[in-house]
Amino acid sequence: MSGAGTRMELLTFRLEAALYAIDIMAVREVRGYAPPTPLPQAPPSLKGVINLRGRVLPVIDLGVTLGPARPDAGDRRVIIVVQLGESLAGLLVDRVLDILHLPAEALQEPPELAPEGAAPLIRGLILEEEQVIRLLDLERCLEPARRGAA
Amino acid sequence: MAAPDPMAEMRAAFFVECDEPLEGLQAGLDRLATGEAGAAGVHGLFRAVHSIKGGAGAFGLSGLVAFAHQFEGLLAALRGGQIALSPGLLALLFRAADHLADLVSLSRRGEALPEERTAALLAEMAPLAAAETEPAGPDFAPLPMALDLPPGAAPRRWQITFRPRAALFAHGHEPAALLRALAELGTLEARCCLEDLPPLAELAPEEPHLSWEITLEGPATEAEVAAPFDFVEDLCTLVIRPLAAELPEAQSQAPPPPAPAEVPTLVRVDLDRVERLMNLVGELVINQAMLGQSLARLPLSPHGDTMKGLEEFQRLTRDIQDSVMMIRAQPIRPLFQRMARTLREACAALGKEARLETRGEMTEVDRTVIDRLAEPLTHMVRNALDHGIEPPEDRRAAGKPAQGRITLSAAHRAGRVVIEVSDDGAGIDRAAVLARARAAGLVPPGATPGPAEIERLLFLPGFSTAEALSDLSGRGVGMDVVASAIGSLGGRLSLSSTPGQGTIIRLSLPLTLAVMEGMVVEVAGETLVLPLTQVSESLALAPSDLAELVPGRALVRRQGSLLPLADLGALLGYRAPLAAGGGGVALLTGGEDQPRRALLVDRILDQRQVVIKGLDESFARAPGVAAATILGDGSIALILDPGDLPPAPGPGPAPARPPAEVCPA
Repeated sequence: MSGAGTRMELLTFRLEAALYAIDIMAVREVRGYAPPTPLPQAPPSLKGVINLRGRVLPVIDLGVTLGPARPDAGDRRVIIVVQLGESLAGLLVDRVLDILHLPAEALQEPPELAPEGAAPLIRGLILEEEQVIRLLDLERCLEPARRGAA
Repeated sequence: MAAPDPMAEMRAAFFVECDEPLEGLQAGLDRLATGEAGAAGVHGLFRAVHSIKGGAGAFGLSGLVAFAHQFEGLLAALRGGQIALSPGLLALLFRAADHLADLVSLSRRGEALPEERTAALLAEMAPLAAAETEPAGPDFAPLPMALDLPPGAAPRRWQITFRPRAALFAHGHEPAALLRALAELGTLEARCCLEDLPPLAELAPEEPHLSWEITLEGPATEAEVAAPFDFVEDLCTLVIRPLAAELPEAQSQAPPPPAPAEVPTLVRVDLDRVERLMNLVGELVINQAMLGQSLARLPLSPHGDTMKGLEEFQRLTRDIQDSVMMIRAQPIRPLFQRMARTLREACAALGKEARLETRGEMTEVDRTVIDRLAEPLTHMVRNALDHGIEPPEDRRAAGKPAQGRITLSAAHRAGRVVIEVSDDGAGIDRAAVLARARAAGLVPPGATPGPAEIERLLFLPGFSTAEALSDLSGRGVGMDVVASAIGSLGGRLSLSSTPGQGTIIRLSLPLTLAVMEGMVVEVAGETLVLPLTQVSESLALAPSDLAELVPGRALVRRQGSLLPLADLGALLGYRAPLAAGGGGVALLTGGEDQPRRALLVDRILDQRQVVIKGLDESFARAPGVAAATILGDGSIALILDPGDLPPAPGPGPAPARPPAEVCPA
């Protein structure tokens, strides 16, 4: 993390009951749900591809990546379009909440526990209005959907 | 907004413009090698090197200038007849040309030049060129030229009319410098013509209004007088006329300038712009399809204005698309030329002798395909030499010429480009291949694969038959890399070999990576697209067409032959294999280099042109899925490559794809 005085700008969203955040600099846009075209033999988190103004965009279900499998939450979810290096990807989440401006010090190291589950995907924790917000490491979140990781 | 650095832009333009002389140099040397080119050909080479030297000088690329200068001297000596063309000299010229290309590309990237190699080549050239040139002098050192005019008739006075155009200044040229260069040739008298200078109020500051009338007296030939203008001849109006010695100043009104040598009118366009145009046309095609679909739902007369208008719209869209495709299409020749170099270097490294023959080098292929073909083709040419062509002594013993032959050919066939790399070497030693594959565990112990299957083993990852790994093509990576590169281009690869006579590797590639004719089908509720060129026939299945091989494996009876039938839905994992009870449509695929088989789909929806959209390479992709396209309703359909589909549905989630169908399924 960078030194004191720097601020972070985060986009927060909800998945089930949990709150998450990602660095807003990676976010390109937020779109309504469109049923993705499934890709055969794709890893479970890779839901398929959608058409983003002529571009073929892979959609990743963060619910599958982060938590135990759960029933499909249906069409009321939204897709956050993020850019990582050259590639664009859509993240399927339940609801986008807010944009937070915080000093860098507000980020706390995640506890060194939980050898399994979602822990390595989380870069840090933020306590905001009595709620825990998990800041995600985007690169790692996309990893399970990447080639060869299936 | 930060203004772009004009110097950097000009520098970039210089490097772009180097491509042409470099390509010309290669082509000229090839002609020289075959004996097609005479003195004029050597002059062409000289000009090519000279123009690179001049540009390099302007940007202070002294290493490049020094090398080009010596190279130029060598060519001048050859042209002047001081040295004779020999195989040794030809090889030196080729190496010098290759090195010049290297220096240009290193300079382009701003990297350090390989001084040792340069010095070695310079030392090799020096004794030959020294007979001719003075030690490297100023940039435009006058060199004795072969005259276009009969010797002796050269007049001693020249009348030069020079009128720069705006572009001359835009390119950073300076008339004063040109005049100074001229002045070195003799006694110069220059008059600046102010007649065209408009009143200040009307003066457009970007437009040049000055021209010069120059009289030059001296021993210079016409070519020498023209030489300082080499880089501006397209950027100005230049007339050079001889004056009779006694003739006083001629009338200054110059006749219309003689037409320069016919050069096709070309425009340099940033590839990104063409790319963007291509994308827009792709959107247009999708849009037009959407419009067509919504109009089809209206109760409109097919002969009414609206439908006629739509038809016209479709025709225009197709025309635009074809025109844009033509912009992107380029002859494959430069790529083949690079292969000639690859082969020369590989020959030197391996101590073998081989020459490259090319056929169909004017075959036009989409630029993006050409770019991505360079690496696999390089590998194939090296392989052909390394593993195919025998050492000279072995060849002589086998009654073949000591020099091997590798042939590259390109041709359009059935909507695809077919490129062949063939050699007249030893062919593939099938026993050795099989033994090695067995040792590597690539073939099950009991299996006895046929000749074609053995050859396909070569495309397995990590396979290499080179007995001693050479540093050239046997790095443990091999034909599998080529196969996957070709696969990612939507191409296919096949190989045939005759022991003792050589090997042919055939690539079949799509003409373009942008659009294709597709058959749109429905399978298990999903919409999929198959390339029309790969579907030879479709038939509605009746129970009488079917036969069962073993339970669960069906065959289709087709004109006396039986083809295996695979449910596409099951191959892709959309559903469990359907019981073969008839119904559905069978698409016959394969043929030529692919095994023929029938794919079962639920129904055919449409047959139309689709725009190919690449899938993000970094995400998992199933075998058989080549790309995607956007349908008229905005949804995405996957484009399949039938040749890449697994032979049979895998049990559950399929494992990594077997790279070739080696084991009997």
